[in-house]
Amino acid sequence: MGKTLKKNPLYLLIFMIPTVAAFIVGFVYPFGMGIYLSLCKFKSPKHIDFIGLRNYEKIFSGGTQSERFLQSFWFTAFFAIVSTILINVLAFAIAVLLTKNFGGTTLFRTIFFMPNLLGGVLLGTIWKILINGVLSVYKDSLTNKGIYGFTALIIVLLWQQIGYMMIIYVAGLQGVSDDLKEAAKIDGADSRQILFKVTIPLVMPSISMCTFLTLTNGFKLFDQNIAMTAGLPNHKTEMLALNIYNTFYGTRGQMGFAQAKAVIFFLIVGLIAILQLKITQSKEAD
Amino acid sequence: MKRRIALVLASAMLLTSAVAGLTACKDENGDGGNAKKGHVYYLNFKPEVDKQWQELAAKYTEKNGVQVDVVTAADSKYQEKLQTEMGKEDAPTLFQIGGVGDLEQWDEYLYDLTGTDPYNELSSNTMVLKNADGQVKGMAYVAESFGIIVRKDLLEQSGHTLEEITNFETLKAVAEDITARKDELGFSAFTTAALGSGNGWRLSNHLSNIPLYYEFKDDGLTADNPPASIKGTYLDQYRQMVDLYLNNATVEPSVATGNTVDEARAEFVEGKAVFFQNGNWEYNLVTKEKGDLKDEQLAMIPIYIGAPGEENQGICSGTEAFWAVNGDVDEADIKATLDFMTWLMTDEEATTTLATDMGFACPFKKAKTPPNYLDKFNVESMAAGKDVCTWAFAAQPSANYQNELQSALSGYAAKMDDASWEAVKAAFVDNWAAEYAAAHEE
Repeated sequence: MGKTLKKNPLYLLIFMIPTVAAFIVGFVYPFGMGIYLSLCKFKSPKHIDFIGLRNYEKIFSGGTQSERFLQSFWFTAFFAIVSTILINVLAFAIAVLLTKNFGGTTLFRTIFFMPNLLGGVLLGTIWKILINGVLSVYKDSLTNKGIYGFTALIIVLLWQQIGYMMIIYVAGLQGVSDDLKEAAKIDGADSRQILFKVTIPLVMPSISMCTFLTLTNGFKLFDQNIAMTAGLPNHKTEMLALNIYNTFYGTRGQMGFAQAKAVIFFLIVGLIAILQLKITQSKEAD
Repeated sequence: MKRRIALVLASAMLLTSAVAGLTACKDENGDGGNAKKGHVYYLNFKPEVDKQWQELAAKYTEKNGVQVDVVTAADSKYQEKLQTEMGKEDAPTLFQIGGVGDLEQWDEYLYDLTGTDPYNELSSNTMVLKNADGQVKGMAYVAESFGIIVRKDLLEQSGHTLEEITNFETLKAVAEDITARKDELGFSAFTTAALGSGNGWRLSNHLSNIPLYYEFKDDGLTADNPPASIKGTYLDQYRQMVDLYLNNATVEPSVATGNTVDEARAEFVEGKAVFFQNGNWEYNLVTKEKGDLKDEQLAMIPIYIGAPGEENQGICSGTEAFWAVNGDVDEADIKATLDFMTWLMTDEEATTTLATDMGFACPFKKAKTPPNYLDKFNVESMAAGKDVCTWAFAAQPSANYQNELQSALSGYAAKMDDASWEAVKAAFVDNWAAEYAAAHEE
C-alpha cells in the first residue's frame, strides 16, 4: 500500500483532500479568525473594528479583570498538576492490577472505563446533586468554600478519566514481554526493581501519552466546572476556560477581550504540552 | 488487488464529498425557491413553551405555505445561542430582546417596526422599546408580574391572613411567628433562597428590583435610560429582606447555597413553605406540570423590603420579552416575519394558543385572557390604585453584573456577617459602574 501511494501522487492527493479540507474548515480557518478577532472590538458579528493590541494590553493592565485571569490561571495550573499526578498514578496502579492473572479482569476494565462515556455537564450536575446531598447533612454546600469545589472537581475528573488512561496503560503493559521480566528475576531483581527498572521504562510511551492527555484535559476543563461550581464562591473555582466564557458572553463589547484571553490560553497550554512531551519523550526507551 | 481497493475507496470518498456538496447546494436552491414567499426563523427564548411554538409554526405553514422554523435555546443559554445564530448566513428573522441593553447591542440589525401591521395590533404603544432615534425596535409580546406567591391555605392554618401583611414589618412578624412554631405547624415561612450556581436570579434580578425601583424613583430615573452608576440608597432594606428570606426558610442559609429554584418550587408545592418569591409564569408549573395546587390555595403579594411608603406599592409588572425583527435579511423574509407576527396577534387559533396553552398575557388588541389565576392579583392591585412597581432591574448593565451579585449573595448566605455583606454591596453598587463602563467602552 505504501508503495502504491508513493508511486501515485494522485492517490495521495485524493486520500488527503477530505481530511485536509475538514482540517482547514474546522480548524485553520476558525483559528485564524480567532486570532484576528482578538485584535478587534465587536458587539455583534456585523461590526468588527480593528483595534490592534489593546485587548492584550488589558490582560496585563493589572485591573480586576487581569487579576481574575491570573487567579484563574494559577487555580487551573494547580488543578491540572494535581489531577495529572493522581490520575496517572492511580490509572497505572489499576492497570498493573488488571493485567495480573485472575478472574474478572475484563469485567473490571469495562466497569472502570464506563464513566468516561458520560458527558461532562451531565456528570457534573449529577455529582453536584450527590455532593450537595451529603454536605447538607453537615449544613454545608459545595459552593460555600473554594476547597470544596476544588476537591469535588478533582474527584469527578479522577472518576471520569482513570478508566480511560487505564486502558492505555493496560495496552502498554501487555506489550512488555514476560521474557524480560523473567530475565530480570533470574538476575536477582525483586518485584520493585522489575517495576521501576524494566516495566516503567518500557511503557514510557504510554506514560507520555497519558500525561499529555491528562495535563491538557486539566487545563481545558470546562463542562464539569460550569456544571458543578460555575466559579463559586467568588471566582475561587473559576478555571481559565470558564473565565474566558464569562467574559465573552457576560458583558457586551468584551468579546474581543475574551478572544485575546483565549489566544493567550492557547499559547500557555501549547507551551506546557510541548515542554511535557519533550521531557517524557526523552525518557522513553528506544 | 490492493490497487483496486485503493481506487474503489478513493472514488467512494470523492463520491461522498460530492454528494455532501450537492446536498448543500440543493438546500440553498430550496431556499432560493422560497425566495418569493420568504421564510421565518424564530429564535424562541422560553424553553417551557417550545412544543406550543412548534405546533403554531406547523399550523401557519400548513395554512399559508410559508416555512416557519422555530428554534429554542437551552435554558438560560439564550444569549449564547443568539450570538451564534446571528453570526450565521441563515440568521433568525424574529428573536427576542430583553431590554435596553440588548437593544444597544443589536440596534444596527433591527428593523424599524414603527407603523407596521404588528405594531398597529399592540394594545398600548408604551409596550415597546425605542432606540435613541425614536424608532420602535422591540414590541412586548407578553406582560409578566412577580411578587411573593403565597400558600393561602397554609397561611390561614398558621392563624394569619393575607390582609395582615401590608408592609415589611407585618410580613416579618408573620414570617417570624411561623418560624417560631415551625415544628408544631410542619412548615416554614419561606422556601429555600435557592442560591445554587445559576439559580440566584430570583434574588439578584427580581428581589434587587425593589431597592432599584425606589432608588430610580427618588432620582427620577427609568430603566429605559439607565444611569452609569447607582448609589445603593436602599441596600439596608435589601439586606433585611435577604436576612428574612434566609433566616425563616426551610433550610439553613449555608444549605441554600446548594439549592435550585426547582427545589424551592417543590417545597412550595409540597406544603413545606408558605412564601415563594416568583412570578406569574409559575402558575402552570405549580398547578399542572410540577404540582396540583388549586387556585383557592394561591395568592400573590408585593415584595416589601421596608422602603418608605411601601404600603402603596403594588406587584412588580413589566416585561423582559420583546419581539425584534432582523432587518439584515431578505426583504421577503422580513415581510414573511411581519405577516407571521400579525397572524399571531390576530388569528383566533393563534391568540388562543398564546393565552391558553402558553399562558401569556399578551398586550395585543385581539389578545385572549389567559387562565392564569396569579394575574388576578396584579390586576387587582392596579385597580386599587397601587403604584405599579416597574421593572427597574431591566437596567442592570450586564449578565456579569447579575452573576457577580448572585455570587456575592451566595457568599453572604454561607457566612452571614458584615464582611460578606460588603461583597454584596460592592457587587450591587461598585460593579454597576464597572460593568456599565465595560459595556459602553469605546
